[in-house]
Amino acid sequence: MITLGKALNHGLRRAMEDDPKVVIMGEDVGKLGGVFRITDALQKDFGENRVIDTPLAEAGIVGTAVGLAIRGFRPVCEIQFDGFVFPAYNQIVAQVAKMHYRSKGKLRLPITIRIPFGGGIGAVEHHSESPEAYFAHTAGLKVVTCSNPADAYTMIQQAIASDDPVIFFEPKRRYWEKGEVDLDAPLSGAFPLHSARVARPGSDATLLAYGPMVRVALDAASAAAEDGRELEVIDLRSLSPIDYPVLFESVRRTGRAVVVHEAPGNVGLGAEIAARITEECFYSLEAPVLRVTGYDIPYPAARVEEEYLPDLDRVLDAVDRSFGW
Amino acid sequence: MAKGESVAGTDIPPGGFVQLLTPDGERIDSVTAADGTTYSVDFTDEEYRELYRDLVTVRRLDTEAVALQRQGELGIWASLLGQEAAQVGSGRALRPQDMAFPTYREHGVLYCRGIDPIMPFGLFRGVDQGGWDANEFKFNQYTIVIGSQTLHATGYAMGVTMDGKTGSADGEAVIAYFGDGATSQGEVNEAFVWSGVFNSPIVFFCQNNQYAISEPLERQTRVPLYQRAGGYGFPGIRVDGNDVLATFAVTRAALDNARNGQGPTLIEAYTYRMGAHTSSDDPTRYRISSEVESWKAKDPISRLRAFLSKQKIAKKDFFAEVDETANKKALDLRERVLAMPDPEPVTLFDHVYPNGSPELDAQRDAFTRYQASFEGSGH
Repeated sequence: MITLGKALNHGLRRAMEDDPKVVIMGEDVGKLGGVFRITDALQKDFGENRVIDTPLAEAGIVGTAVGLAIRGFRPVCEIQFDGFVFPAYNQIVAQVAKMHYRSKGKLRLPITIRIPFGGGIGAVEHHSESPEAYFAHTAGLKVVTCSNPADAYTMIQQAIASDDPVIFFEPKRRYWEKGEVDLDAPLSGAFPLHSARVARPGSDATLLAYGPMVRVALDAASAAAEDGRELEVIDLRSLSPIDYPVLFESVRRTGRAVVVHEAPGNVGLGAEIAARITEECFYSLEAPVLRVTGYDIPYPAARVEEEYLPDLDRVLDAVDRSFGW
Repeated sequence: MAKGESVAGTDIPPGGFVQLLTPDGERIDSVTAADGTTYSVDFTDEEYRELYRDLVTVRRLDTEAVALQRQGELGIWASLLGQEAAQVGSGRALRPQDMAFPTYREHGVLYCRGIDPIMPFGLFRGVDQGGWDANEFKFNQYTIVIGSQTLHATGYAMGVTMDGKTGSADGEAVIAYFGDGATSQGEVNEAFVWSGVFNSPIVFFCQNNQYAISEPLERQTRVPLYQRAGGYGFPGIRVDGNDVLATFAVTRAALDNARNGQGPTLIEAYTYRMGAHTSSDDPTRYRISSEVESWKAKDPISRLRAFLSKQKIAKKDFFAEVDETANKKALDLRERVLAMPDPEPVTLFDHVYPNGSPELDAQRDAFTRYQASFEGSGH
């Protein structure tokens, strides 16, 4: 049993061992091992040329990664917190996402951008945001997130090995949660990076969640089971592209869907998922696709963040509404 | 700055610049800058003549592009008129192993890299977004978002160091092109910080053409741009950007320093954009004709021609032959640009992801079916 944070650390280490072109870059990733210690001891073992403590400049972290990738490296950028990614936004959206397209496929930018995201750790402002929709909206990027240590270990390696630029969101409130991880499992046999996974099978309604909300959805499903409702929980894992066939199959079977995410609901991923399910599964639906999301406000102060974050009760309330239709 | 300052009647900017060829075509043997570096060139007659040919050719191709834009064959064009010496001087100073990161106006550098001059026309005609192979030609994609490429160049230069390709006379160096307006961008500042901190093998080549679209240099800076380098811990130098010899000499020295492991240099090539920023703006709204006239007197081509004539390195028939050859190249270019086909509609979906995407595959299929539904219907 290891924590999700330690699983990421093991995954990064193995990616660096497997490919000498993998370099890690970011603020405090070296001696400190990152503010969450995700890169702990990597600089000690791989040297300052492969685990690079950078100047404090997010556009620089991503912009120089572009040049390194053109040169043949496989950079892994750490953005220290979700709310700090915006200075790098231009480089990610205007450069990283588009360069393969602009060059008619001549250039590949196998860059992984790690971003700890989401709330629930009592942090100050700009440290608890969920900016995934901005990136999922941008063609040319792949956007993924993990919800448990086993996925964290394999998905970070898959993201680094992928020739696509990948935005890798890490659910920071789950960094300390433990789970079984087979550190010796070959990557070739792993579940594909861009696939959704049924985290808990069920027949009465489908809960769709990702990252930090998968735990909430699973807890809700356990509670619902006590009341005799079997909820299926799907961990999206990939937010762009979304593995729709898995979603559609589930919703056609259960007839009800509730999407859960921390990010504000307005123009969020839940809206997209609800629209797609409505288009594809209309005749199977017993109720509209419902959403449980953060409110359309800036992420609030820590003492009231529990009011903002979707929790078990809000999810169960939505399930009740679905059944009441 | 040494001898450059002593040349009379040349409107040298305060602080001077390195100049090896006056607007009248007088050759200055060498210039020693404030830091003690001496700049000179040692060209053969043939090399002088080929430099002249480069200048004339890139201007002639550019003139053709402006005409094509006016005739509606290009959506837009960013003319290099007036900046030929800055581009050819620096472009010819590059060695084959060096990597260049341009903005969108470096057609002259592109030409010096040996790239087919038609390559940028796909971008400006709207049939592609500039799909040449950056690694094959050691010349990256054009970059429209101002200053972004300076960070790409910086990262590439870090990679050069990590690959162990610096520290010797045959090492690799990187050059990043940008304009005076770009120096106001945060990303350019970050590129300077990173390159200084990592002592990267990079030359920042700023073509100060005096205007960022309509905004004059005074809207970008209170100090001469080359002086900024000191704050980042590497040397800055200003060169007469209309002097192809000085530009070559200064760039070659900076590149050699970079490849030898001595880190970055900021070069400010002091020049002037004679035309519009792009074919979409009207420079008569923001600058006066006497200013343009004064820069005409410093033209990079006429001064080299005067020098070649005075030194009897070239005669009338050579100049005529250069003009004629450049003209042929321009007309050939015109024909090829006009023949550039529009891309097949379905290629919209190509190259978004190296290994594709199921969602995009589905959209491509739907698009193809929709297109096919019009066949035979008269659309």
